[in-house]
Amino acid sequence: MEDTMTLTLKVWRQKGPMENGRFETYELEQISPDMSFLEMFDVLNENLINNGEEPVEIASDCREGICGTCGCMINGKAHGPEKATATCQLHMRKFKDGDTIIVEPWQATSFPVIKDLVVDRSPLDRIIESGGFITVPTGSAPDANLIPVPKDAADAAFDAAACIGCGACVAACPNSAAQLFTSAKVQHLNLLPQGQAERWSRTEEMVEKMEEYFGSCTNHGECHEACPKEIPLDFIAYTNRDYVKSKRKNRNLLGQD
Amino acid sequence: MGKVSLNSDMLKGHTVGLKIMSGTTVNVGKATELSNLSKCQEAQNAMAQTMTRKGPEPIRKRPRQLPFPLNLYQSAIGRKWVMAVSGVVLLGFVVTHMIGNLHLYEGPLEIHEYAETLRNLGTDIIPRTWLLWGVRLLLIAAFAIHIHSAYTLKEMGRKANTRSNYADGNKKYASSQDFVAANYASRTMRWTGPIILLYLFFHLADLTWGWFSKDWHLGDPYNNVVVSMGNIGVALIYIVANVALAIHIFHGTWSLFQSLGINSPKINKIRRHTAAGLAGLILVGNLSFPIAVQIGLIDQDNCEAPCGLNAVELEEGRE
Amino acid sequence: MIGEINSRSPEGPIEDKWSSHKFNMKLVNPANKRKFEVIVVGTGLAGASAAATLGELGYKVKAFTYHDSPRRAHSIAAQGGINGAKNYQNDGDSVYRLFYDTVKGGDYRSREANVHRLAEVSLNIIDQCVGQGVPFAREYGGLLDNRSFGGAQVSRTFYARGQTGQQLLLGAYSALMRQVGSGSVELHTRTEMLDLIVHDGAARGIVVRDLITGDVRSHTAHAVVLATGGYGNVYYLSTNAMMCNVTAGWRAHRRGAMFANPCYTQIHPTCIPASDEFQSKLTLMSESLRNDGRIWVPKDHDEGRSISEISEDQRYYYLEEKYPSFGNLVPRDVASRNAKTVVDAGLGVGPLKNGVYLDFADAIQRDGEDVIRERYGNLFQMYERITGEDPYKTPMRIYPATHYTMGGLWVDYELMSNLPGLFVVGEANFSDHGANRLGASALMQGLADGYFVLPYTIGNYLAPLLGESTLDENDPSCSNAVNEVAERTQKWLSINGTRSVDWFHRELGKLVWNFIGMERDKNGLEKALTEIPSLREEFEKDVRVLGSADNLNTSLEKVGRVADFFELAELKARDALERAESCGGHFRSESQTTDGEALRDDENFSHVAAWEWGGTSSSAIRHKEELEFEHVPLTQRSYK
Repeated sequence: MEDTMTLTLKVWRQKGPMENGRFETYELEQISPDMSFLEMFDVLNENLINNGEEPVEIASDCREGICGTCGCMINGKAHGPEKATATCQLHMRKFKDGDTIIVEPWQATSFPVIKDLVVDRSPLDRIIESGGFITVPTGSAPDANLIPVPKDAADAAFDAAACIGCGACVAACPNSAAQLFTSAKVQHLNLLPQGQAERWSRTEEMVEKMEEYFGSCTNHGECHEACPKEIPLDFIAYTNRDYVKSKRKNRNLLGQD
Repeated sequence: MGKVSLNSDMLKGHTVGLKIMSGTTVNVGKATELSNLSKCQEAQNAMAQTMTRKGPEPIRKRPRQLPFPLNLYQSAIGRKWVMAVSGVVLLGFVVTHMIGNLHLYEGPLEIHEYAETLRNLGTDIIPRTWLLWGVRLLLIAAFAIHIHSAYTLKEMGRKANTRSNYADGNKKYASSQDFVAANYASRTMRWTGPIILLYLFFHLADLTWGWFSKDWHLGDPYNNVVVSMGNIGVALIYIVANVALAIHIFHGTWSLFQSLGINSPKINKIRRHTAAGLAGLILVGNLSFPIAVQIGLIDQDNCEAPCGLNAVELEEGRE
Repeated sequence: MIGEINSRSPEGPIEDKWSSHKFNMKLVNPANKRKFEVIVVGTGLAGASAAATLGELGYKVKAFTYHDSPRRAHSIAAQGGINGAKNYQNDGDSVYRLFYDTVKGGDYRSREANVHRLAEVSLNIIDQCVGQGVPFAREYGGLLDNRSFGGAQVSRTFYARGQTGQQLLLGAYSALMRQVGSGSVELHTRTEMLDLIVHDGAARGIVVRDLITGDVRSHTAHAVVLATGGYGNVYYLSTNAMMCNVTAGWRAHRRGAMFANPCYTQIHPTCIPASDEFQSKLTLMSESLRNDGRIWVPKDHDEGRSISEISEDQRYYYLEEKYPSFGNLVPRDVASRNAKTVVDAGLGVGPLKNGVYLDFADAIQRDGEDVIRERYGNLFQMYERITGEDPYKTPMRIYPATHYTMGGLWVDYELMSNLPGLFVVGEANFSDHGANRLGASALMQGLADGYFVLPYTIGNYLAPLLGESTLDENDPSCSNAVNEVAERTQKWLSINGTRSVDWFHRELGKLVWNFIGMERDKNGLEKALTEIPSLREEFEKDVRVLGSADNLNTSLEKVGRVADFFELAELKARDALERAESCGGHFRSESQTTDGEALRDDENFSHVAAWEWGGTSSSAIRHKEELEFEHVPLTQRSYK
């Protein structure tokens, strides 16, 4: 076998939303560099269970970097040191033997801790619910090729649609703003011809719902750096523009835009 | 009130709360913590009524819409837009002011003439200094709204930033958060801003109102500048403040494109450079004045034309 | 209680079955729809699309997911694409051809009427998704692009980079959230279904556990829809997500719903092999890699040299040699089985000798690195991130892994199980894929069921129930079920044994993989039938679950799921043992052609095996639903 690593983990433990939490230190030996970060936690938890201690709650599901379930602050970086990588796709070869790794939950008022490293991100669903859709009741869509979509627009919409809703942008933001998440969904739909009918109401509703829960963007750009899908900041600019426009649009004449 | 759980009668149907570890179930317990019921718990109570988990409660109520364009200012994005527009106005002032002040290098007479021209602007149509006052009022308004929006947006960020693992305290990661993209300028906007505000008052008191020196004379900018900046301490204040201003402008200029939603591949390429260029221009221009005074480049002895009131009198005498 | 198994497929020519059936079904008046409550469990492609559509129609819907958001469901991880018989590429595709290919690809073990309906509604699905804003790949003219997928002879697969599943799920999720926002769907997140409530022989509700507070309670409705996915995690290592499980379906099975064809499992050939004992899941890489990669192993067992030193004549390109016409593009089951054969023969590569090479050197030399990067850049990147090896320089290592389960709860033509009021959609039902699923068909089936089939057929069941109220939650059938779940939950915490849930799951996985994996035989299956129950006994005595039941406790969630996997594994072994033929994803080594190909026994096994719960996991009763093939002639598959 290859060289294994010995690591010190400082992990945030918190029993419930209303409890005070604390850091616990754990020593881990014989960690293979080929393990994923979450598999290292599996090993830790297996050890804890064998010692009669409650395992650490750390969320994950697909472990392929697409479902967005996982995510924590690893050494002060959302999703850890590797760029464009979700926590589940981070591998231990990115760390060195003897490293101390600090693992904490996302922090934001609207992301309360449920337990240990698991937080409640449901405000993101509230934002989608407020307008992150195209109203097309089942069965009412026209033929798929009826409306050609310029390839560039389709590609740009895709870049926005790649968001996995993990919340790293909020966690990394010094203001806990969710503007990258919101803008990604707003622009995914606003850039497509299908999304035009609801463009202005969608922008208005989603932005204002976002502002009920999250802070204001101050253009630091930390969200983009933390984003496992590298969603560009440009979408934030587009959304700012669309929002201001949405306020002065004469909605009676929208069709003539 | 002991355990806050959902197996209350509010739920219709059967709920069986499982209490396994005798007595060690999650009890809210202490009264102090109860008074600090977190958002999450409120949400859970709300859930018990609606039967679905709603998650955290909003931290901010959505305001009732005012008529356009006031409603813009009710949202953070609108406020950022206002901040950007007022920033552009102020930026315009800073640049013009700096360029105008270059007349100092021409001499006392020229800078005086420039000052007079400003006062005489628009005299063909309206009384003298009215237009100047109009511009001043616009600047004051822009300044006020720039500050107000900045302050309220910061407050909003603070509210969103409560550390979720304690009942109070602000967001702070134990592993000191490693900023990747946020640069020095962007993170210090809320410090450079107040510095500029304080400096502005000092600058007005020093050169416009003449609070600090008995050698100050109304209508004699050249003299006043030389007297004021001849003091090494004052010169240093000017230098520090203008560095802060340049830093503020550096992030502000880059940021305003984003806030106004001006985004195209062509513009994006030059955004950073524009911001750096503008900040550099202001920095070099504005710093040159205290430095020039200190090294004696701007100096009463160096004047070819008579200085101060004499110059004005001479001018009037000539007519 | 269970009578004749009748698929209730409509009569008439295959092309007209669905339209005439739609006309013949009873309708619920729009004003009456709000009087019916429907529970939808699961919010993946099938569940989200069903809940959204039922909500739009006006039914009162409650949707349940154990995730924190509906968008996390594992449909999101599907990469390849979705089939639709649009014939946009003008290459001769048609509804009938998609139907034909699917029946044939399923190795003649699916129901013709269902498959034809699936092919028909595939057209609507594409329209619906594009309408929702799913950013499918497009040509420069702005029209939709298609590719040929999984060896299909026509280009009918719509795709969105390598993230088609994600984009389709986000589309269905947005439709669902629109209904949640408008109040027609009540969404319960982090809530897991742990039992089905059956009253007077009909499904009337479910028992759920709130995963945060631990509260167990019942929800009742006029009908229950299960959209709870497949059971691939019975293998422990699979490409399924960590939380995927069979519990909802299995609990329904224990309440009387029949479980069909549990032995059909699809093993995907191109996954990244396990790196060590602690491997928690396997990652799939798109099958499209086989278009350009060449699969080989060294001929020498003890090959120790670096790859570049192994000359061409010392490499064994086993697929190209054995199947000259299809080569590396043979169907999934053939590719998987051959990989197993060479690895079992000791020719495997990598540190654990558990993989085969997928080599792009020739393709890079032929087309240049840029072209390959353009085609597979994101996959190569993913591979490098996981393994730390650069596939542009060294060949990828791949090995098959469990990917999709064709078996599931038995349903009739209307997607209703033998329990009235229990509908099953998506991968959770035994579905339209027969013994083997074609590439890009899973997404199609999930959305077909959810958007365009269930919303019609559920009305046919509900219409006569007008005026009936939902079951009172104080009814003994509710309270008993709630108490059972609560007791079961408590039982796990009280065992306090010595081994973790994961340990048992891993051991179970090894048994299932070894004996009910890619290749099965009588001896192995009989062995499995003795070893699985004994491991289960140990599990029930020795599992250790810590913590409490009144807050988030992942081990406690897992233990119940693993317990159900144990019972399912046993049924799976029995089903595999009874089906003494090879077909699609089920390969019995006793039943093969002289070339080592799967040999069907149409005389004895041209039927669906539907198992009825007999009280214990070893006493299930096997029922048959005979399959008739009127349109697609039964032939032996050949890829030579």
